[in-house]
Amino acid sequence: MKRFSALFETIDQTRRTTAKVAALAEYFRTAPDDDKLWTIALFSRRRPRRTVTTARLREWAAERAGIPLWLLEESYGIVGDLAETISLILPAPAATHDDGLSIWIARLRALDHTDEAVRKAAILDAWNRMDPTERLVFNKLLTGGFRVGISRKLMTRALARATGQDASELAHRLMGDWTPDTTSYHALVEMPDDTSSRSRPYPFCLARGLEEEDPAALGAPEDWHAEWKWDGIRGQLILRGGAHHVWSRGEDLMTDRFPEFAETLDILPEGTVLDGEILAFADGTPLPFSTLQKRIGRKTVPKALRTEAPVILRAYDLLETDGQDIRARPFAARRAALENLLGGLPPDAPLQLSPDLGFRSWDELAALRATARTMRAEGVMLKHRESPYHAGRRTGGWWKWKLDPLTLDGVLIYAQQGHGRRANLFTDFTFAVWSGETLVPFTKAYSGLTDAEFRKITHWVRRNTLHRFGPVRQVRPEHVFEIAFEGIHASTRHKSGIALRFPRMARWRHDKPLAEASTLGDLRDMLAHHG
Amino acid sequence: MASARAGQSGDQTYPTGMVIEVTNSGLYCPAGDFHIDPWKPVDRALITHGHADHARPGHARYLATDGTAPVMRHRLGAITLDTLPYGETRRIGGADVSFHPAGHVPGSAQIRVEVGGEVWVVSGDYKIEADGLSEPFEPLPCHGFVTECTFGLPVFDWAPQAVVAAEINAWWRANQAAGRFSLLGAYAFGKAQRLLSMLDPGTGPILTHGAVENTNDVLRAQGLRLPQTIRVTPGTLARDHPGALVLAPPSALSATWARRFRPAATGLASGWMRLRGVRRRRGADRGFVISDHADWSGLNRAIAETGAETVHVTHGYTDAFARWLREQGYDVRIVPAEFTGDSLDEDDTS
Repeated sequence: MKRFSALFETIDQTRRTTAKVAALAEYFRTAPDDDKLWTIALFSRRRPRRTVTTARLREWAAERAGIPLWLLEESYGIVGDLAETISLILPAPAATHDDGLSIWIARLRALDHTDEAVRKAAILDAWNRMDPTERLVFNKLLTGGFRVGISRKLMTRALARATGQDASELAHRLMGDWTPDTTSYHALVEMPDDTSSRSRPYPFCLARGLEEEDPAALGAPEDWHAEWKWDGIRGQLILRGGAHHVWSRGEDLMTDRFPEFAETLDILPEGTVLDGEILAFADGTPLPFSTLQKRIGRKTVPKALRTEAPVILRAYDLLETDGQDIRARPFAARRAALENLLGGLPPDAPLQLSPDLGFRSWDELAALRATARTMRAEGVMLKHRESPYHAGRRTGGWWKWKLDPLTLDGVLIYAQQGHGRRANLFTDFTFAVWSGETLVPFTKAYSGLTDAEFRKITHWVRRNTLHRFGPVRQVRPEHVFEIAFEGIHASTRHKSGIALRFPRMARWRHDKPLAEASTLGDLRDMLAHHG
Repeated sequence: MASARAGQSGDQTYPTGMVIEVTNSGLYCPAGDFHIDPWKPVDRALITHGHADHARPGHARYLATDGTAPVMRHRLGAITLDTLPYGETRRIGGADVSFHPAGHVPGSAQIRVEVGGEVWVVSGDYKIEADGLSEPFEPLPCHGFVTECTFGLPVFDWAPQAVVAAEINAWWRANQAAGRFSLLGAYAFGKAQRLLSMLDPGTGPILTHGAVENTNDVLRAQGLRLPQTIRVTPGTLARDHPGALVLAPPSALSATWARRFRPAATGLASGWMRLRGVRRRRGADRGFVISDHADWSGLNRAIAETGAETVHVTHGYTDAFARWLREQGYDVRIVPAEFTGDSLDEDDTS
């Protein structure tokens, strides 16, 4: 744990990426294998199962610190991170230890299904033996969400440096459904790849945004392939060893959620991997994202829901064919192979080729893009015909050219403090539109302002609070913000009857009088037009 | 008498005992017709220390310690300022007034006010730990205590100064070894000089921003011993001072001013650095947790040592701290302050 917490501290005490990677690489060169394996797991969002609830942690920490629970909660509100709050209030340790990360994790996992008294004793003992940084790390293991400023990409780069392997190959090895229980550091990182993991997906190729740029700067239109940017879930369909696997971009295995794709085993050859968009789809057109959303949260699918919200994969890339990894081939060649593969499929197959927009000039593409919403698309994608399927986000090969967002002017009515880096700043806001003389809340938004603007609005909120409801403050209606969003649809889960896609604060409309904020009528018109 | 609050006919008063009231100009002693650290212009202002949120311009007459006077003159220019040494009592109207060390910055004071045998102490800003530079905090028995609570939550717990000094010096040496400048951000009056006294001058040259050096000049002139420093001027070349530590106000670190010192590691020295989120938001590599305010245990100890039954809390997490004190059996009132809770990001004197 000392070595891991020292790593955490080093990473936490610098903003320079090179220093972070160097510290991680050094760790990967020197730490015991079991600790390295858990470190890789933690930095790729594979945290141990939670064995103690945060409610108990709060109680025990407050008790140990000799403060009432409400004061811990109050402190948490200021610190914005429970793991950190607990590490800050506990008294200095009275004992020490020499145990490594994996030993502590094993201890934590052993607490599953034990009596509360046993768990409490174990946690208090751990706190009593750890220094403050170790406690913070330990508490982060307990509370989940081990986010500490290290992306999987940085971790992979450091591991590649420490082991002398190729970073993108390593990224591929680290994908899939392994856990520290099902593999070892040696098997995961060092052993020659024996395709032991048949379900393993490839790292997704990500596009950069083109919104700020002129597409004409990309060069000759004929060098580029364009297609719609679909508004669904990015997914990889893997057909290997007589089984199929569906992965999301977030590396969730979604096979059981979308039983439709079992059928692809009969219509596609063994050793095929497709990249595409999972869409709710009926009668030849995509259904709104809200329909797909009904499928996302469910591990299994009742028949009625399959009928109501059938899904397909709109395939747009072929990564593996006949068991061969073809990601290095030019996009045009992969696309031709994809068209060939999907060419003869029946129209009711759960696989559809994402159509080629076949544009001849950038102006023509711009005009097509403007109609994206009618296609239930978010914009257009541009892929260079010579580009390989690269891992992650790189400049050059793939671009997304999204539609300009929809906008409304909302009145700030509720504010709540943020967490982590935004602790003690008011960053979570609720906005309202006019309905006659009253303000009706219609959306929340958390992002889009600069740090300076957040500080300014925080200053204002503190002085203009009308009521407090727990952490939420009702503020004097005064400020108007332009709210940008990608889509709008009817929703029974929202009080206003309307839900927005990706709402954020586009601008603080200092110039806009309160009375000129948008109305419920504006919102309904927009729903009728775009919903 | 009434001229103290001239032009403020709507001035509300909150009766808070015989000795100290709260008006919307700030703390007021009716028996002596004076204010303490008022935020609106008044006739007579007693000032605990020279920080901008306590010593404001515009009062007709000022009274402060002789140790605070030079900084106030430096900041406020030509003011009518009378001084009083620590511990000496002066009769003002019906009140006996004396100034006592608060340990916050050199010259800072708690103000003790006695009226008809009832004693109140206004702490101003204070810290318990002796920093080797400021006159050490002196506990004063009193009936009523007006305390700040900038860091009035149990998450705020300071390590001894020597521990932080070792961290800062080790950081400086490590940066030096890596060929980097050490840019250290701290408030120009108080914190900066305290840091200077903690640095190991044998490590390398210490460069200072003009705002820091101007205050150094004032404090050196009144006899404070500080290590040798080099003022950064437009003509200063970074390459003439390899391995230097550069001490500047936090705002200067992100300004073009700091760009000449490259490559550099940045650090901030403040009690707020106890919170990881704040440090990350402020964009520093390192945060050194060092404050001129009392931490949680310091506040609790100071209050207990006064023996006061009535405590007024101001400046900070007043709601939570008041509730905590009430649960400990104190009679508590929250004193509204003009500025509350913002210092976290505007971070001046903390």
